[in-house]
Amino acid sequence: MTPHLEVTDLRKLYPVGAARGRSLIKRFFGPQHMLHAVDGISFSIEQGESVGLVGESGCGKSTVVRLISRLIDPTSGTILFRGHKIDDIPARRFSASPYRRDIQIVFQDPTGSLNPRYTARATIADPLRRLMRMRSRRDVNRRVSEIAEMVGLPIELLSRFPHQLSGGQRARVGIGRAIAVEPSLLILDEPTSSLDVSVQAIILHLLADLRRRLKISFLFVSHDLNVVRLLCDRIVVMYLGRIVEIGCARDVLSAPGHPYSKALVSAIPSGIQTNTTRGHLTGEARSPVDPEPNICRFFGRCPQGSDRCMREEPVLRPVNADRLVACHFASET
Amino acid sequence: MKAPLLSVNGLTIEFRSRAGTVHALEGVSLRVDRGTTTGIVGESGSGKSVLAYSIIGLLDRAGRVTSGTIVFDDRDILTMNEAERDSIRGRDISMIFQNPSSALNPIRTIGQQIEDVIVCHRLQSSRTAYDAAIEMLARVRIPDPTRRHRAYPFELSGGMCQRVMIATALSCSPQLLIADEPTTGLDVTTQAAIMDLIREQTTSRRMATMLITHDLGLAAEYCDQIVVIHAGQVVESGPTKSLFQHPAHPYTAKLVTATPTLDTRLEDLTSIEGGLPDLRRELPYCRFSGRCSRFEKACNEAPLPRIRIAEDHFAVCRRPV
Repeated sequence: MTPHLEVTDLRKLYPVGAARGRSLIKRFFGPQHMLHAVDGISFSIEQGESVGLVGESGCGKSTVVRLISRLIDPTSGTILFRGHKIDDIPARRFSASPYRRDIQIVFQDPTGSLNPRYTARATIADPLRRLMRMRSRRDVNRRVSEIAEMVGLPIELLSRFPHQLSGGQRARVGIGRAIAVEPSLLILDEPTSSLDVSVQAIILHLLADLRRRLKISFLFVSHDLNVVRLLCDRIVVMYLGRIVEIGCARDVLSAPGHPYSKALVSAIPSGIQTNTTRGHLTGEARSPVDPEPNICRFFGRCPQGSDRCMREEPVLRPVNADRLVACHFASET
Repeated sequence: MKAPLLSVNGLTIEFRSRAGTVHALEGVSLRVDRGTTTGIVGESGSGKSVLAYSIIGLLDRAGRVTSGTIVFDDRDILTMNEAERDSIRGRDISMIFQNPSSALNPIRTIGQQIEDVIVCHRLQSSRTAYDAAIEMLARVRIPDPTRRHRAYPFELSGGMCQRVMIATALSCSPQLLIADEPTTGLDVTTQAAIMDLIREQTTSRRMATMLITHDLGLAAEYCDQIVVIHAGQVVESGPTKSLFQHPAHPYTAKLVTATPTLDTRLEDLTSIEGGLPDLRRELPYCRFSGRCSRFEKACNEAPLPRIRIAEDHFAVCRRPV
């Protein structure tokens, strides 16, 4: 069976300005510096699977989201959606392609991603008209009410504008807008990061329930590992534009293979039970601008770094049946 | 019992607004001892930040303290004049603000901003303040402090800006540090580093820290005692361990089960029904009554009792769990 989404060697480089203090000539004719936001990543999402994408800010998570949802064009690499190549459709024409309906996003900031001049009803109705070519007002209204019920938004709130809704209600509108057009792949970019714990639980339940009922695949982007673990089957850990570990969610969290994953897991506030000292990351991350090709990206912050890491960048390799780790020292378990 | 560094007694604060009077805090009491970390936990809008601002004396003009005292080091902050407050603020009590990139001045270098605090309180002359600022930057583990002294806030990452905020707050060796959501919006790895830094300062200098957060996991890990606030009322307070193991107030119990940890399953994760009550209206004795599953008529007929659960552990509830 072909995977729902398959990404191979995906790259996105951004040109950045010359360093300060350079002469004008060098600035215009010197070598162009490139920021490697996403640097050759490959992974797949199976039909109905939920994959978590974790990593710190600046590691390229959001760029991956935008590449896969085709809001921006990749520099190189392929994206296969249900076996169809979608990376060569220009981003500005993607909204006209049949796949737009299939891949939907729930954005990070529920306030910023809603049009302040659209009511909740208009927000959910817009993609129905544009992507599903739903013309009759009656059909649209019926579908909007259906969606509102599905995401637990009281019907009487549909006539309100975003500023008249609470954070949790806005999050529901954002989710409603995304699922209104019956996507098969839903990309969730930190859907609960701006919500209080009291509301977060409701939204997580809602998402789990929608996934079960509508049989959609999830790409769940977050830096909260506790949340990722609840909703995801597999986890992809990114560091500085590269994937450093892929594996089953429970296993990665209980026995992380890459030193960076270990640091991520040990940084989760563990509550009152333990009082162990944790191995924290020291030093600063390497620059994503023109990274040296033969040095491990994590070198310098890695507690295990050795000479070999400075000569040879580790590749993502299987350490057991369902675990890939990009580290020279990852041992088979 | 030794006198606490800070004690807040029956603090009630109202805000006058066009839409009516907002009862932001009601009868809030708590104490903070030297060398300990006290967590203030609650949802957004529960009055955590109002409490912090009233202690450091930055309350908005619309805010009015209608009753209560804030005693810091045997002096009541609320009866001080502006000059006295100025001498305490930033020196004896300092604060780490929620959003480092907007709390720092964008057109001054970070080094200058740290020097400002030191010079303002006349702890050092402007000449020696430069060295002091660099030492502070090094103490919060900013790599290459001499170069970073000249950097502007926009040139630094969120985690770095937060370290600068901490350096500024600690530059006058305060006795009380108020950290208002110091790690919101930071990555878990950065968050852990920042919190360890604050904890280290708390224990090594016997400073008192007030950690304001809505993240229960964070509070559980770093605080010695915790005060839970709901809609401007303290609902429960106690030593961290006792409070998390035996949450007595229904709200605390719900918060604990709503926070995902490494071994909760999705089915066990519960949410808290409803939202905070409208603080402009006439409020019942128990402001949680509208959301409470244990609510009974008797709950709102008389002022709530303060029940002792364990040593130093109290809950304000008629029907504790």
